[in-house]
Amino acid sequence: MAKETGIVRWKDLALGCTLMEPGTAAELKTGDWRSMRPVTNRELCIKCGQCYIFCPDMVYSRTAEGYYEANYYYCKGCGICARECPKDAIQMVQEEK
Amino acid sequence: MGKRVGMEVSIAAAEVVGLCDVDVIAAYPITPQTHIVEHLSELVADGHLDAEFVPVESEHSAMSTCVGAAAAGARTFTSTSSQGYALMAEICYIASSLRLPIVMAVANRALSAPISIWNDHADMMMARDTGWIQTVAENGQEVVDLLLHAYRVAEDPRVLLPVMVNLDGFILSHMIEPIYMPDKEEVQRYLPPYKPALRLDPRNPMTFGPVGMPEVYTEAKKAQDEAMKGALPVIVEAWKEFEKHFGRAYHPVETYKTDGAEILLLTMGSVSETAMTAVDKMRAEGKKVGLVHLRLWRPFPAKELVEALQGAKAIVVVDRAMAFSTQSGPVCVEVKAALFDHGISTYVQNFVAGLGGRDVTVEDFEMMVAKTSDGLAKGLPMTYEIVNVRE
Ligand code: SF4
Ligand code: SF4
Repeated sequence: MAKETGIVRWKDLALGCTLMEPGTAAELKTGDWRSMRPVTNRELCIKCGQCYIFCPDMVYSRTAEGYYEANYYYCKGCGICARECPKDAIQMVQEEK
Repeated sequence: MGKRVGMEVSIAAAEVVGLCDVDVIAAYPITPQTHIVEHLSELVADGHLDAEFVPVESEHSAMSTCVGAAAAGARTFTSTSSQGYALMAEICYIASSLRLPIVMAVANRALSAPISIWNDHADMMMARDTGWIQTVAENGQEVVDLLLHAYRVAEDPRVLLPVMVNLDGFILSHMIEPIYMPDKEEVQRYLPPYKPALRLDPRNPMTFGPVGMPEVYTEAKKAQDEAMKGALPVIVEAWKEFEKHFGRAYHPVETYKTDGAEILLLTMGSVSETAMTAVDKMRAEGKKVGLVHLRLWRPFPAKELVEALQGAKAIVVVDRAMAFSTQSGPVCVEVKAALFDHGISTYVQNFVAGLGGRDVTVEDFEMMVAKTSDGLAKGLPMTYEIVNVRE
């Protein structure tokens, strides 16, 4: 399969639409079906890492300053991080077209 | 050398599957399929067959087991009927979409309600759109032959699709018939060892059955459809090869006394043998009647069928399942579509017969032919009706 899932001709698909490389869930662009995105307010954030721990898609990564940043290629907008954040630092905002 | 034996067809089906070196058999017994998996369990228990026999708790699990085993590279078999098929249907779609060459025998039986353990083709028709290759047996010998053929086709690297061999429940599954049972060498000469194209292996990890985003699903279905289209010539080739090895010939569409026939009966399954007797009788009375027998249901051999049907003044399509389409039974819908696509507008009369184990007799076929020729003469609209229903 192509690196970015789906942009491929039917003839180029592997047998049975198999993902041939290990760890290839990385190719699944789960961000495609998001309607709300989490936005972190760094004024409120205490860098506790709860969002990082609870995100089911391992979307957050730690920045040099210790904040947590979401990768929207994978974030599906489930809102779990916003719910778990002890400081209500994360707001779910509507995606725009 | 194999030998000619008198054997219950279910037992013969199990025996030939045993000769195919299957690795995994998943089994949930359901009437009238029971004897097939029962005998396979005996073969394994008695040490005649070196296979993993998995007694599962439902048909859904039976097909799931086959999918898992086939994905790991095993040659697999299971068998079902009716409601059992309905329960496993969800996984049947996965088997074909993952391109796993599973072979399954279906002892065809009516679907509930009311509960019926007897034969018709409702389960086979339910399986119509699952992406499985479907062949249909007419007698016990054909069950054995088609099962062998099924593995050969399914595992062909040009096909890699699961195959369902349909046999009429009780009418075939529970009959004792004279059957030529090949021996192991004969089977091995015809059926090469299974070499999976892809398989799950921890040393070479890959993901089977991932999420297909809208960007990829259409392409995946197109690839599957092309595999099904491409299967037709391979199926025919495997039958030609079969004839070389065993001397028995099979074709997607087979004909009986069609020379000069004005009215053609079209049937599938064991009822074709009754239809032949009816054709013999009507021919003896000077009626120009012939029979077209559909051996292959999926992929649908439209071109071959049209070749066999063209030239007839009327076609009598005998369905053994309901479609509730208010137009035709499931087989007739396809027949009409094939004719239309080829620009042929023959008079087609459709009869639904033999539901839930109701006998289909020689007299029934005579009645169908009589009604059709009457309808043709009077220019009555083409329609469908259920045979022998009490008003
Ligand atoms: S919305 Fe869900 S997927 Fe996105 S970052 Fe938060 S927890 Fe992860
Ligand atoms: S859970 Fe909230 S407070 Fe904790 S690191 Fe994430 S955004 Fe900051």
